[in-house]
Amino acid sequence: MRHSNPTPDEVRALIDAELHREGPLLPILHAIQHTYDHVPEMALPLIAEALNLTRAEVHGVMSFYHDFRKAPTGRHVVKICRAEACQSMGANALSQAVLDKLGLDWGGTTPDGSVTVEPVYCLGLCACAPAAMVDGKLIGRADAARLSAELEGAA
Amino acid sequence: MKIWVPMDSAAKALGADEVAEAIRAEAEKRGVEVEIARNGTRGMIWLEPLVEVETEAGRMAFGPMSPADVPALFEETHPKALGLTEELDWMKRQTRLTFARCGVTDPLSLAEYEANGGLAGLRRALTMSGEEITDEVKLSGLRGRGGAGFPTGIKWDTVRMAHADRKYIVCNADEGDSGTFADRMIIEGDPFCLIEGMAIAGIGVGATMGYVYLRSEYPDAIAVLSRAIEIARDAGVLGTDVLGSGKAYDMEVRVGAGAYVCGEETSLLNSLEGKRGVVRAKPPLPALEGAFGKPTVVNNVISLATVPVIFEKGAEHYANFGLGRSKGTIPLQIAGNVRHGGLFETAFGMKLGAIVEDLGGGTASGRAVKAVQVGGPLGAYLSPDQFDTPFGYEEFDGQGALIGHAGLVVFDDSADMLGMARFAMEFCAVESCGKCTPCRIGAVRGVETLDRIAAGDAAAIPLLTDLCETMQDGSLCALGGFTPYPVMSALRLFPEEFGAVKEAAE
Repeated sequence: MRHSNPTPDEVRALIDAELHREGPLLPILHAIQHTYDHVPEMALPLIAEALNLTRAEVHGVMSFYHDFRKAPTGRHVVKICRAEACQSMGANALSQAVLDKLGLDWGGTTPDGSVTVEPVYCLGLCACAPAAMVDGKLIGRADAARLSAELEGAA
Repeated sequence: MKIWVPMDSAAKALGADEVAEAIRAEAEKRGVEVEIARNGTRGMIWLEPLVEVETEAGRMAFGPMSPADVPALFEETHPKALGLTEELDWMKRQTRLTFARCGVTDPLSLAEYEANGGLAGLRRALTMSGEEITDEVKLSGLRGRGGAGFPTGIKWDTVRMAHADRKYIVCNADEGDSGTFADRMIIEGDPFCLIEGMAIAGIGVGATMGYVYLRSEYPDAIAVLSRAIEIARDAGVLGTDVLGSGKAYDMEVRVGAGAYVCGEETSLLNSLEGKRGVVRAKPPLPALEGAFGKPTVVNNVISLATVPVIFEKGAEHYANFGLGRSKGTIPLQIAGNVRHGGLFETAFGMKLGAIVEDLGGGTASGRAVKAVQVGGPLGAYLSPDQFDTPFGYEEFDGQGALIGHAGLVVFDDSADMLGMARFAMEFCAVESCGKCTPCRIGAVRGVETLDRIAAGDAAAIPLLTDLCETMQDGSLCALGGFTPYPVMSALRLFPEEFGAVKEAAE
């Protein structure tokens, strides 16, 4: 789901659906990001109001966690594991090749908005490293050719 | 004809879904009736996707399979036939207590779970008092499998004796350590086992609610466990009347958000409460003031998933395995640059060299083993000179190392150890919660100091050593406190890569 212009009522509905939980802030942020692919700035005061927190507190929580984004990603997201087990199987060379080919740095999105490349620290595929994820699909023993093929298949 | 194809993430990452689809299509083409069942993984990741065909003699294994290998499954012989799964060397040599069902059953079939020993432990626990339950765990000798190795029974007893209107069981499933995947594997392969373990904990200490804090990097595990909890609730295993006992226990999955430090128990609790995942100073212990300020058991997935078998077979049965004060079994996760990567559950005490060379079969690249990092990004590197070390908490401590969550990452001789030390500091700098100075500032200075060393400034080495001592002694939690393990062990084992040899020779 990718709505570009959330309305306050839509966001409030997402917030309300999580309010029955103990400690609902992370579930709320996840729900909003799941819906809009990012957590829009306009959502923060609505969350703060619902949880009786300050906007600064909500911002503080959101910015603490790597997962939550202020802006949407490209249409496709490639995550490449940078952790030790993957490094032992050449993950550094793999990620460099992918980033160079797309002309990106970590976290960057291609100018046409098609691909974002993000680092990830461990997908739990350490016995079939290096590991990557293309639009949610896991790839073990990844190489640059395989990642390109997956991206072309997805496009 | 019944064919098992794993739905474990690692199997899927190696093409299990495509193989399952190819089997379906081939069966249709041949007009053969085939039931495709999805199981967890047996843990032999180098053989994934490992397909099993049920025969009268037992389940026959084939792997690693690709869609092109599928048609031959319907023929007399198959080039990738491995024989009976249970007779494979890797399977026969294990002592599978915690992972007994993983890869054997359909992870979401409660009936198969029960038919294979599931719920027997919970039923027994429901006949026991809280004190008897915690005594049983103490007697088993179970120690926290998350890394610290704290006796689980003592932790439970502290919570049991605390007075409060509400108590919690929190499962730490924030398995962020590279080289570890046991939590993911059992959640995807035998989720009811974790649910049962948490229910026993809840009944034992008087907690009515449990949370599994599960990392967002594990979407499959989140989906499987969430579904398993619904199934367990519908079947009366969870809820206001656990298995008709009149006792209440329920639970929920809580998804993390990509912060490594949230694997530390107090920062996990803050995150669970909806706060920044900042470490809390102890005391108060989480056992007395944990989630939402209430007494809380915080245990790792494997600790909790081991509880059912302890109650099913008895504490003494479990304690009979192991070495010294490291009782029971440990799921070794053999990973990185290794020929036979996977999960191998065995009693404590196996020598490190046997794990790497015998089980792992040496490096995947065929080159010499240079170092093995044990226990994740905060674990020390060990060299082949230390391969005689038996796998146990105290034994590794004696080597200036730790077993952590029992993940082993193998590196061949092309590994850049200065680069790995720098990565450890960089990772700590990125993931530091920022609460204490040695970690927040120290990790940044550590990267800078290692860059100076890399540029040829050997005078920076004593500075690095000093910095590591400060981080180790002054940090509030294991992130800053243990980052020196990989850094200092790399320096100690491979001084020449830090430009220190010339200086030492003079």
